[in-house]
Parts: sequence; structure tokens; C-alpha cells
Amino acid sequence: MKTRIFVTLKNGVLDPQGKAIHHAIEGLGFSGVHDVRAGRLIEIEHEPGLSKSDLESMCTKLLANMVIENFEIEQA
Amino acid sequence: MRAAVIQFPGSNCDRDMAVAIRNITGAETKLVWHRTAELPDGLDLIAIPGGFSYGDYLRSGAMAARSPVMQAVIAAAGRGVPVLGVCNGFQILTEAGLLPGALMRNAGIRFVCRTVALTVENSQSAFTRGYANGEKVRIPVAHHDGNYFADSDTLDRLEGDGRVAFRYAEDVNGSARNIAGVLSAAGNVLGMMPHPERMTEAVQGGSDGRRLFEGLIHQIA
Repeated sequence: MKTRIFVTLKNGVLDPQGKAIHHAIEGLGFSGVHDVRAGRLIEIEHEPGLSKSDLESMCTKLLANMVIENFEIEQA
Repeated sequence: MRAAVIQFPGSNCDRDMAVAIRNITGAETKLVWHRTAELPDGLDLIAIPGGFSYGDYLRSGAMAARSPVMQAVIAAAGRGVPVLGVCNGFQILTEAGLLPGALMRNAGIRFVCRTVALTVENSQSAFTRGYANGEKVRIPVAHHDGNYFADSDTLDRLEGDGRVAFRYAEDVNGSARNIAGVLSAAGNVLGMMPHPERMTEAVQGGSDGRRLFEGLIHQIA
């Protein structure tokens, strides 16, 4: 079984990487992009029995830094 | 006096840190591998050096903060043992929850490697007692992720409690309120991005970092 975990910066936390990507997109000639925020996707292959609370615990203990990041768990 | 410098895979300032501690404080200084679950007895100082532990995978300091040795470091910090984290060491201390906030990618995206001016904001701690309040010192930085972030309540509390140890004299990396170094609530844990161990004698271009180590001698002995 596969679970996807999306780690994103919290609102209000500046994202220098997203800003640089935004500039690069504009540099390629694309217009109409208002903002870019970069995050991280982590895919986990696991036993079907792994609980949601274990996955959440992985996120809060390691995969996300709760000072600056949020996470979302998407189970297939 | 006894000191330990923790080594992670990817640490690269561990030997410089050990030399600075040994030469300046005279402490018997051991390098301790991160897989070690127990620290040597009777430590008077633990240093977490700079570098790129685990290649900065996931987040700078994130993997190292979960190493076996860090449980022992957290316990020692709780007993009041001075813990100094420099650069990647500062990142590891925030990731381990020993210091508040987080160190994010520099606001300018670029790696910053130069000597910067700092203002000593609190000269009362074990680490900063060799300096005067408001004194300007020159210490090098070399980092990609030194942009200090904490929410504004946390920043207000840090400032109100005198826990900002050093501040950049100018904007170096986008850090909130130009914070360069932070103390724990009890004052025995210091994390800072600049490298005092790289500024301890004239041959290194200056010795402004020396007094940080000298201050620890009196505190500990």
C-alpha cells in the first residue's frame, strides 16, 4: 500500500525557493502566475495495517518541522 | 574540565571545534560518534559542530537531531550541562527541540560565506560573559540555511527574556530580527550560525571568537 505525504510551508512563512521559482517561470516568458510555494512530496510504501495515527506520528516526529510546516496525508 | 564534540556523518567543523576547545580551555576533549547512546561521564561542555550532517537530507539537521546520541545530549542539557551548537549544530538543536524556531533557506537563496559583524545582545550567559553588552565582534558565517524563523510571540518572548545572544549588525540571510544566536530558557544551550571556532587566533584573521571559549573556563572550573 502506498501513502503520499505532502509537506508544505505554513501560511505566513516566507518561501525564498518558491520566490526564485516564480522568477524563473516569469523569465521563461509565462505570465499570469501570482505566487509559487515549494513543498515536498514523500511517498511511503507500507503494510495495509499501518495506522493513520502512526503516519501522523511520523510526520510530526520527523517528516515535517511543525514550527514552519504543515502536512497532509493522502492514502490511495 | 571535560568536553565532547559530537560527530555526525557529514560534520566538517568537528576537528576545528575540538582544537579550539582544547587549546583555549585546556579541556580534555573527546570526539563522540553520533551512534553512541551514552556520553562520557562528567562533561562540562558538549559541542555540536558545523557541517552538512546527512547531506542536509530532508531538512538541515533533521536526521542528526534523531540520532541516538541526541537523547543523551537532551538529557545532559536538562541537567544544566552547557551545550554549544554552531551552524549545522544550531540547526540540529532547533530540530531536536532544545532551542525554539527553525533555520530556513537564506532569503537571498545563495550560500553566504564571509566574515560578518555581530552585536553581543546578552553578555550574561556562560558563553558570552567574556563580551560586553552591545559590543561589536567579527565572526565568519558559512551557511545556506541560516534564516532564523520563529513566530512573533516566540520572538517577543526571546527578546524579553534576554535569550537573543548575538544579532547580525546587518541583514545577512533574512533572519527574523537579524537574530544570529539564541539561548535556551535556562541559558545553558546556545545555538549560533557564526563560527567562533574559526576566529580564535590572529592567523585565522581575528580572535573575536576566542572569548566565547575563554568564558566557559571560568563558568565550568
